[in-house]
Amino acid sequence: MASESLMEKQHVGSSEGSRLRGQEKRKNKTHRKVAYFCASFGLMFAVWESVRAVNLVNPKLLPSILQVLESGARMWSEGSLQAHMSASFKRVLLGFSQGIAMAIVFGFIIGWFRAARMLLDPVINFLRALPPIALIPLMIIFFGIGEMSKVVVLTYASFFPALVVIYQALVGLDPLYIRAAKALGANNFEIFKKVILPQLVPHIITACRVSLGVCWATLVAAELIAAQKGIGAMMVDAQNFFQMPPLVLGIILIGAISLAMDAFVRRVEQKVTAWQEKLS
Amino acid sequence: MDKGIIVDKVSMVYQGVKGKVEALRNVDMIVAPGDFVSIIGPSGCGKTTLMNIIAGFLEPTAGQVLIDGRKIAGPGPDRGVVFQQYAVFPWLTVRENVEFGLTLSTNYRPPAERKEIVDRLIELVGLRDFQNAYPKELSGGMKQRVAIARAYAVNPKVLLMDEPFGALDAQTRQFMQEALLDILDRERKTVIFITHSVEEAAFLSSRVVVMATRPGRIRTEIPISLPYPRDPTVRSSPQFIEIKTEIEKYVREEFQRHREIPV
Repeated sequence: MASESLMEKQHVGSSEGSRLRGQEKRKNKTHRKVAYFCASFGLMFAVWESVRAVNLVNPKLLPSILQVLESGARMWSEGSLQAHMSASFKRVLLGFSQGIAMAIVFGFIIGWFRAARMLLDPVINFLRALPPIALIPLMIIFFGIGEMSKVVVLTYASFFPALVVIYQALVGLDPLYIRAAKALGANNFEIFKKVILPQLVPHIITACRVSLGVCWATLVAAELIAAQKGIGAMMVDAQNFFQMPPLVLGIILIGAISLAMDAFVRRVEQKVTAWQEKLS
Repeated sequence: MDKGIIVDKVSMVYQGVKGKVEALRNVDMIVAPGDFVSIIGPSGCGKTTLMNIIAGFLEPTAGQVLIDGRKIAGPGPDRGVVFQQYAVFPWLTVRENVEFGLTLSTNYRPPAERKEIVDRLIELVGLRDFQNAYPKELSGGMKQRVAIARAYAVNPKVLLMDEPFGALDAQTRQFMQEALLDILDRERKTVIFITHSVEEAAFLSSRVVVMATRPGRIRTEIPISLPYPRDPTVRSSPQFIEIKTEIEKYVREEFQRHREIPV
């Protein structure tokens, strides 16, 4: 046993050292990441301005960064920008949360019961392959051009990708942990709560990420087709009145918001899945 | 005999793709409290099937297994299982893993009592410096010690160990064998231990059961008279080598016989 404990002490020493070095490394890494992030967008804006400067594109068709910012500031002070953004957010949050909630419930049912899975799998794959936008004309006839049709399409858009991620994860669970828990005396409810659920949390978050992306893309398409408010509607208005700055502002907002949402979910993911072995 | 494990004429027939496979035929075995019985034999001899039946994961097609006179039905906390693939819950820390069984309704203990038990077991398996680490930060040997402590926590009558050190490198494997004997010296348990290694069986066990294949059955039992506690130096003693040679003779026979049978 003496040699055993000696081995462990060495192990402790080295792991503590590497943890400190790891922290330092991570700090450097974040700094560098931020620098690259800024440089990357700096590059994009530089290309944008220089394309204008050398008259590669008609300046009437491509507004300057300053014009875009000005139009944004004006719309903000009028309050219309906030109204468009909040309309879009409300739709996404409503559709997304409904879709995810349903996906979790149905994901468990389909993942748990083999017969349900065999029966529904082909249909699910068909519906999943269908772009949600394809449903918009039908939904407009069913529910009119109000909020209802858009929220239904968004719920649909977030439901299917999440459903598939969740039930595939459930099917892929290692039965070893369930056996281990049974041998320790766990009943079915305890196995579900203490063994299956914790393993599914990372997958549920992945499902959220995928769904949020699809949902956002669908939202804009839905608003382009039929909406009075929302970022998509704002862009259609700008297009109709040939106002280039708000149009470009819309594009930038859509990109920035989906980037920010993804970053937020990733942050949550890192917190909740600290126990997972990462490849890198 | 009332106490201990009695395997009573257990047979197991699987419905395979090419017809019926007789995994076990009429296996009889008695394991007295405090025994350390190793089961050794070629692959396909049904030793893992036997273990799964004793653990309660499988039901035999004939015969029964009694523990302290009661027939077993399904897995239960009176039999702690340690798996080859560790099966330590990766989403829980070392402490939480050891504590797991004590939070379940069958063997629930209030938090203060839990803390006492967990502290004692973490000390027992030598993982105090790692009690708040997640399994991904541990080596294979350490994970297996967590698994042993977790099994101990619910105070089982028997430990069932299915090639627990099979995935470890030779050096760690020897350390773990010594660590296991040390743990058992301090807190005695009945152990049924499956292994491929003659050396491991000889070093750990009070009795070695050699199994034959097709159908899986018990070939012979060899008692090991070396006294406990066993020092690592025992491995090089003439007596130990003699015992190893004897076990090896039977195991080799089985391997050769197995090879002669056309598949």
